[in-house]
Amino acid sequence: MNVLWEQFPVFRDGFLLTFQLSFLSAIGALLVGTLVAVLRISPVPPLRWLGTSYVNLFRNIPLTAVFVFVVVGLPLLGSSADFLKIPGLDQIFTRLGIDLPYFRFSIIALSLYTAAFVCEALRSGINAVPSGQAEAARSIGLTFTQNLRFIVLPQAWRAAIVPLGSVIIAMIKNSAIAGFMGLYGDLSSRGQELVSAGVNGVTYPLIPVFIAISLGFLIMTVPLGLLLDRIEKNRMVKAR
Amino acid sequence: MLMKRLAAAAAIAVLGVGVAACGGTDPATPGPSTASFKAGSTMEKLNKAQKITIGTKFDQPGFGLKGLDGKPAGFDVEIGKLIAKELGIPADKIEWVETKSAVREEVIEKGTVDLVVATYTINDARKQRIAFAGPYYVAGQHIMVRSDDSSITGPDSFKEGTKKVCSVQGSTPATNIKKYLKDEATQLVLFGGYAECVDALKNKTVDAVTTDNVILLGFVASSNGAYKLAGNKFTDEPYGIGVKKDDTDFRNFINDLLEKIAKDGSYAKAWNDTAGKFDKNTPTAPAVNRY
Repeated sequence: MNVLWEQFPVFRDGFLLTFQLSFLSAIGALLVGTLVAVLRISPVPPLRWLGTSYVNLFRNIPLTAVFVFVVVGLPLLGSSADFLKIPGLDQIFTRLGIDLPYFRFSIIALSLYTAAFVCEALRSGINAVPSGQAEAARSIGLTFTQNLRFIVLPQAWRAAIVPLGSVIIAMIKNSAIAGFMGLYGDLSSRGQELVSAGVNGVTYPLIPVFIAISLGFLIMTVPLGLLLDRIEKNRMVKAR
Repeated sequence: MLMKRLAAAAAIAVLGVGVAACGGTDPATPGPSTASFKAGSTMEKLNKAQKITIGTKFDQPGFGLKGLDGKPAGFDVEIGKLIAKELGIPADKIEWVETKSAVREEVIEKGTVDLVVATYTINDARKQRIAFAGPYYVAGQHIMVRSDDSSITGPDSFKEGTKKVCSVQGSTPATNIKKYLKDEATQLVLFGGYAECVDALKNKTVDAVTTDNVILLGFVASSNGAYKLAGNKFTDEPYGIGVKKDDTDFRNFINDLLEKIAKDGSYAKAWNDTAGKFDKNTPTAPAVNRY
């Protein structure tokens, strides 16, 4: 396990990048996923079909394929995802603002893919809200948007929080693919580098390196899991 | 696929029997025995059998690439033919076997092939299992750019920090190029394979692709002039010819031959006929290392 101490900066930098990627992708996935969930329960049939198609497409193709479509496809369309160079945010997440688009591409690919699962988790939450709630809201004259915003979604979020957590945890682990799709420096690929190419001619054995990589992921996922447990407990108290 | 392979194997077997029969019944046409080989040596055995099995790459343009006629062509293949010729074996009696990187030591140890000429880098780990004649060529890390780009002249062009370079995740070339970069985050792009890198070079997301010159030559070759190599290679990867570990006589024989062809021009001709089509700089044959 010496590799973790000897090459600590490598793992630290890799961890920080994976954390940034996961954090931004999680926000993206939640935003897009909520939007798709709203489409799926929309009273307008074409919008509903759009939402359903989205989920069926992105939930059923491999993440690698999504990455290829984004990473190879967007440059073909002449885009380097500059809309993600969000002023202010690119000061904190410096990779967002740089010329190379692969950090932004990775966020897009992870967000689009995970959004399909977020949508389904949310929808299960929405289904858990008794239909009387929405009917009551309608009967006092709330519009569809108001109904969702003030009555259904706040309750649905609560019911959906645990499955949503699982989706995000899965997404954090999925982020490892980014290292093979143009992005330099995420936790898994930095670790891999120590094994196959080494540092100054010294290579490290696989098992200890991957234990160190796993520790990095545990640092992100275990607290998230604990947080979810807590939220769930609070919710149970409230329900009583 | 299986049937085809079986058929091919059968054909080879028939051919082998045919050759043996010819040798037995028609002593009037023996192999060209211009040289007499040491009794019991691999050279004598191969010369008598009039047949040699050589392992090479089938997917490496310029060095060993299997063509539509089913036969590999390239610089490695030419070197193999020169060795066979020195053994008194005509080129059409060579059986070519595809040896991918991972299986090269194994096929030599097992005796599946008599020798391996397959972009085979000499290193100490491999010397534990097999022996190398040569080197006959020194490959190295190189940089490929778009043909219309003259702003990159070598690895030092990355030092000022604006040029972006692509390589393969976890590869040695990817690690080597880092010391020439000002900022890895803004200059380095890593993919799972070279095809994605070439794609990124094509759509100008990156300015260069770096890895061994031999791999890059393949892309230059198939690009119809869209890409070129920039500057000179900046690392050394000596390529050797793999033989059985304890077969010092055979190794010396090949080393002698390599020294001979370096002088008589057949080395340069072998290069110009094959890899030289994509890389005009005819290499000088490196000094043979008799360890």
